[in-house]
Parts: sequence; C-alpha cells; structure tokens
Amino acid sequence: MAILSNRLSKEQFEKNFSDIHPPFETKDAALVEANRCLFCYDAPCMKSCPTSIDVPKFIKQITTDNVKGSAHTILSSNIMGAGCSRVCPVEKLCEGACVYNLMDEDPIPIAKLQRYSTEMAMQKKWPLFKRKESKGKKVAVIGSGPAGLSCAHVLSREGIDVTVYEKEKQGGGLMTYGIAAYKVTPEFCKDEVDYILSIGGISIKYEQELGKNVHLTDLQKEYDAVYLAMGVGLARKLDIPGEQIEGVVDAISFIYEIRNSGFSKVAVGDKVAVIGMGMTAIDAATQAKRLGASEVTMLYRRTQEEMPCTEVELDIAKLDGCEIIWLAAPKEIKGADGKVNEMVVEKMKLGEPDQSGRRSPVATGEIFSLNVDMVIKAAGQMPYQELVSSNQLENNGGKLKVNNNQTNLKGVFAGGDCVNGGREVVDAVQAGKDGAADILKFLTS
Amino acid sequence: MADISSIFLGIKSPNPFWLASAPPTDKKINVLRAFEAGWGGVVWKTLGSQVKNVSSRYSAVNYGGHKVMGFNNIELISDRPLVVNLKEIEECIKLFPDRAMIVSLMADNNRESWHELIKKVEDTGAHGFELNFGCPHGMTERGMGAAVGQDPEIAKMVVEWVMEKATIPVITKLTPNVHSVVPTGKAVVEAGTNALSLINTIQSVTGVDLDTLVPNPYVDGKSVFGGYCGPAVKPIALKMLTTIAQNQVTNKVPVSGIGGVSTWKDAVEFMLLGASNVQVCTAAMKHGFRIVEDMCEGLNNWMDEKGYKKLDDFIGKSVQNIVHWEDLDINYHHVANIDQDKCIHCGLCYIACEDTSHQSINLELGKPYNNYTIKEEECVGCNLCQLVCPVSNCITMVEKRVAPEYVNWIEYQKRGLPLNDH
Repeated sequence: MAILSNRLSKEQFEKNFSDIHPPFETKDAALVEANRCLFCYDAPCMKSCPTSIDVPKFIKQITTDNVKGSAHTILSSNIMGAGCSRVCPVEKLCEGACVYNLMDEDPIPIAKLQRYSTEMAMQKKWPLFKRKESKGKKVAVIGSGPAGLSCAHVLSREGIDVTVYEKEKQGGGLMTYGIAAYKVTPEFCKDEVDYILSIGGISIKYEQELGKNVHLTDLQKEYDAVYLAMGVGLARKLDIPGEQIEGVVDAISFIYEIRNSGFSKVAVGDKVAVIGMGMTAIDAATQAKRLGASEVTMLYRRTQEEMPCTEVELDIAKLDGCEIIWLAAPKEIKGADGKVNEMVVEKMKLGEPDQSGRRSPVATGEIFSLNVDMVIKAAGQMPYQELVSSNQLENNGGKLKVNNNQTNLKGVFAGGDCVNGGREVVDAVQAGKDGAADILKFLTS
Repeated sequence: MADISSIFLGIKSPNPFWLASAPPTDKKINVLRAFEAGWGGVVWKTLGSQVKNVSSRYSAVNYGGHKVMGFNNIELISDRPLVVNLKEIEECIKLFPDRAMIVSLMADNNRESWHELIKKVEDTGAHGFELNFGCPHGMTERGMGAAVGQDPEIAKMVVEWVMEKATIPVITKLTPNVHSVVPTGKAVVEAGTNALSLINTIQSVTGVDLDTLVPNPYVDGKSVFGGYCGPAVKPIALKMLTTIAQNQVTNKVPVSGIGGVSTWKDAVEFMLLGASNVQVCTAAMKHGFRIVEDMCEGLNNWMDEKGYKKLDDFIGKSVQNIVHWEDLDINYHHVANIDQDKCIHCGLCYIACEDTSHQSINLELGKPYNNYTIKEEECVGCNLCQLVCPVSNCITMVEKRVAPEYVNWIEYQKRGLPLNDH
C-alpha cells in the first residue's frame, strides 16, 4: 500500500479520462433530437436555467440550419454556454424540467445540443458579439472564473475597458482547475476562455492575487469600479486528529493537480477514503479510481436523501466502483511512519432538521475503521474570510454581503461563489451578468 | 376475418392496393417483386411515344425531421423499347394470374397511334387500360399528358378514339392541374370511359438550393416544374375525389383513388370518399413494397372491428358527409377542455390561441410549470389548441350546443339571429 503515480498505462489513462458525455457525432444525430423538441411556450427548461437560456429557440435554430444563431442565443444568455453544456447538473436544471419527463419519456438532451452549437461556434471562431466603442471607463475584475469572465464580457460588450486579475496561470477559475477531467479538459477550458476574450476590450493579468500582489485600495484608485469574483478557495478542515499526516489531501488540490499535471504524474493511494458527497467529492472519488486506486470509499455523514450531489453524479461514482458508506463521519486519521494507514469512522443517525432544512447527523458512538493509505477531504470550501475582512468588506462568515451586487465599499461590486459560498458554474455566470448590469448603472449614474 | 378482395370493372385482385403507374412499375423485375410482396395489382408505367429521361429525376420536401413529406418527379413515360415492355407485361401476367395488370397509355395525339398502341397492349393479355391524361411535365410540351386532361374537349376526343378500339376496361386518369377535375371527368365519362382515377401529380417546385440557387430537382444547373405527390398531396386528392363522387355524371363510374396513400388508414379514407380501390406510389418508393403487408392487415382489422364484411360495405360512406357550407348547423358549438392530469404544461395550446386565435386559454404562471385552462365563454371551438397539443386526448372538444334545433346560415339570416358583436 502506498501513494503512487503512474499506476496505469497511457491507453488506460486516456480511456478513463475520455469524454463522459460524448458529443453528437453527426449533424443528423443532433437533428433527430432537436426535432423532438416541442418548442414549449414559456418553457420550463428555460425557466430552470439560472441564466435563462432560451432553450426552445436555440434548439429550433439547430433544426433550421441556423447554428450560428443557435450559438448566439445560448451565448448571449450564458457566455460559458459551451462549458456549462459539459458541467451543468442538467438533470436538476433544464433537462430535469423538460416536459417529456411528464410523459415518462427521455427529456430532450439539451446539454448535448447546446454543446453541438457552442462547440461549432468555438471551432469556427464565429465572432458573435461586437464590442461597442470604448466609453473610456475602466473596471477591474478579480478572478477569471465564470463570474468574472461573464461580468467582463457583458462590460466589454458595452464598451467598458476591463482588466481581469487572475492568480493562476490560466483563466477559467474552477472550470479550468476544479472539475473532473472527463467532463472538461484543460485544453477545452483554454479554448473557451480564448473565445470569450476574442471580443476584445478585456485584458487578463495572470498570477496576480488579491491581497498578495494586487491590492483593493490600489484598484479602487485606478479603476472606475471593481468586481470581486475570486470564488471560494480554502478547503474546509475536518478538525479531527491526524488531519496533518502525509496522505491526507483536500479534493480541490487533488483535482487541481490532475488538471495541472499529466494523469500519469498524479499520485494516488491504493485504498482511498473520500470525505463528503458533493459534486467535488464525486469528482475526486471517481478520478482517484480512474487514476488507478484499487478501492475508493466515500463517506457521508447523512443519507442519500440529503446528499448535495445529484443522482446522476452518484451513479457515476457507483459505476466507477466507488463504495459508498452513508451515515459515516470521520473521527480520526491514524498513520504509521508518518503515513496514513487507518481512517476511524463513527456511525451516525439522522436527527432533527438543521438550518439547511436537511436532517442533521447525530453521533451514535459506534466506531469502525477503514484500512486506507490516502484520505481526500471534500467537505466543502471556505470563503476567503481573512482576505475580505482585512479589506473592510462586510461579510457573513467570509461570504461577501452585497446590495444590488455592490459591497459596502462604493464602486466595489461582487458576485459568484465569494458571495453565495459556492454554487454551480451556471449560477456564477448569471451572477456575473447581474453584477455587470449594476456596474453599468453605477458607471452611468 | 373480413374479405378485402377487390373487383374493379370486373378485374379481380386479392386486395384493393395497386401500384400506380410510375417508376416502381416500369420493369418486370420490379413488378414481380411487388407481386411477391403482396400487391393486388399494378398499373404498368405509361407506354407511348419514344422519350429519353434525364438525371436527376426526383426531389422531396422534408418537414420537422421527417423525410419525403412531399415528393416530386420529372421523369417522363417509360423510356424502354415498347417490345420489351410488352414482353415483360405478358410474362408478369403469366406468373401472377391472380393480380390485376393495368397498362397506362399515352399515345401521340392521333387516332391511329392510339389504336395501334391499344392493339399491341391487348395482345399481352392485360386486364385494362389507364389513360394518362395527367402527366404534368415534359409530355405536356408535346401536347400530351396533362395538356389533354386540362382540356375537356380534347380529352373527350381521345377517349372516344380509345373506346372505338379497346375491348378491355378503360380507366381515365385525371390531372389535378385544373381549377376543377369535374369538367374533364364529365367529358370523359360521356365519351365512354369505364372508370376514372385521380389524382395525377401536381405541378410544383419543391425548393431551391440556397448555395447553388438552382431549384430542385437539379439537372446540370437547371430545373423544371415537377409532379408533386406523397403524403402532402393527400388532402387535395381527397377533395378532388369527393367532387367526382358527388357529381351525378362522374359518380356513375368507379374511381381508383390516388394521391399520397401511404397507409391502410389513408386507403380507407379514399374509399370512404368514393374510391373503389387505391393506387400507391410514393410510399412504396420511400419504404419498398413491404408496406403492403400492414396495409392489408390494418384494413382487415379495421373492417373486423367495424363489422364490415367486404369493401363495398363501406366504400363511399363518407361522401354524403361533405356538404355545402350553407348546410352546416350554426347552432352546433363545442369548446375545448384540457385534461389537467394529462397536461404536460408545454404551453403550445396557450400561445397558439393567444397569438393567433381567440385568447381563450387562461395562463397561471408557475415555476417551472405553468397551468393552462380554457376560458369557455371565449372559446369559439376552433380546434387549434387540440391540433397543436402533443398529448393524445389531453385536449378534447366538448359539445355545448347553442340551441337544440338545426339552423343553417340561410335560416339564420331569415330569422335575423344575432351576429358577433366583437
């Protein structure tokens, strides 16, 4: 038992990390599905999309050979429509609301059709948006994730000059660094960011981190407005003994590593425990398995009823061979020679509903142990509490407080995960649009 | 089990499904395959003057992902040597003596040519003729085909020539490229034709290629008007058939129904409106001859279900149900009803009614599903919502008579009953 890299052959890695939801192979295949769409009025799919993409319209446009129009329909509502078509939990959003579900028929594969149009737009580099003439106003955006880029794009369309400060070497935020590689590849993320930036008027300064080499007070002086979209970054600690032992990693770092290095270079244990049952936990568990771990066990304090991930995501983990233990809370991590070799777990039962409305886990006192050599923590991420507090930004446990997307500091706006604590990519895109709208009002008032 | 065998002008066939005169009936190999598949008869592709065909020959109209909703062709009559056709016709009759063999004819416009052709074809043992007065392309430029059918006088003259010579039954095929098929129909019945068939194809342009700007079908950068057929033309064919079935002169002869027949249901509709049998082409060209299996089985099952023992039990039964508008009952009224248990909340009924009809559907916003209900007092009973609803029997029309007695428009006016005030 050990944490090792290079567990599989190149071919196995390629197979394990190939596209989990492959695109339509042909135009005809896309048309079969597009033609099934009923073109609902005030469509439930559209109303279930946080960015309100006009789904019936873009699908209809595919059927009329107006794919350019289709891509424009999607991207004008959601500039990351290409990425969202791969990472959105559509089963609980657009596709989950498709009226075909009410006929017990398969819903329209909206995501796959969205991918069809947007991928063509990216491949053909269609210039779908034209930037208005520069208005001579400058806005700084912190973070080039979905919220930041979405905000920047809306602003640039309106003739605002935008500078984005990004702490990483590449844009895209969690889309680029925080999502399973079998959903989006780093190359795709780079192409998507490039396509978004092709409108012009947006410059990104890489490896510029707020609080380190960029300071809010300077930005406030230099720009007409600032948009904070730095997301959440810090993995939530388990606060149990043994958390510092070698072999305990957080899921965000683990996934970051997978996305930053080649698959063969990422070390993974033989027997891995993953703590948590959110989307990130699933992405970590499935990828640990796909990197060659022989056993992956997911531990969750509550039951399937309360889990944050969708059934579809859970099924991916199950199909990958991950074990799931419900009502199991980590108690202690033990090691030998400074390396993890045991995960001590306490059995839980469900108690009264907590603040989230979900029944809360209650300890039973019953203890059991798992023989593991790696523990991946995916118990959520924490907002940058220290950073925001030190900048005199009002916050709620690190989550920025905003009023019409503006923080307590005049001209400093915020949106996305750093405000809501962490939601879907598509929510962040909408936050960016909303933020941009309020910034535009601010700049013209 | 019902008897679906058919006798048309004394010509027997095991079922009322004939293949129309067209490319599928151009050669022995095709016709034998059709008979093996179970077709009741064929109308052999038109024989007549020497022609040469071009390529391409067909084009289609696709709709909503369905291919060949409509179809057109610019193929002329048979371009094979007459002797070869005659030899093959004879061979097919010998191999399948229980099937109907009708031969379509289009001779040059003189008595001698028609008489000569009739003689040669009768020698094959064919059971009947069908006179092609309908072909709308190519042949018309030579004064044949639809050029004959469009002029009752010429049509009458040609039928008279034919009847002088023919000793087997004669069907005259009518062109739909006229204001009404009745004048020519009457003329040829008066000239002695034993039966009518309709419709031939409708002159058409199926579309224009948006890259080359050349309309379809494409022949080296040019196109011509083609004959339109397939499911899209069925409603037009049914209307024309009904006018023939209702005319006191033309309804004295049997009619073979043609025009977009694709299924047993289409066939039954043609027969209900007066056709004694039907002819099929496009559906077979799209799917092959095997479609006749379900046509026979479906017809049989329907007849059993309705208690019809033989075809004559239902042929023509719907003819009387098409009347003049002025005979319709103005007191009849129905309103739409939406079955809320079946509704899938697609909103198609609502937007159709709201944008293009009478604003009779109430919208109750919901997330993500809206609820839709009928405003009965606003509903004019137009059926639009029911037609666009994707769920069977979700929207039904509920009868709400204005008054119990029958009142038609003439009577309505006479009595000075109220008109709409909105």
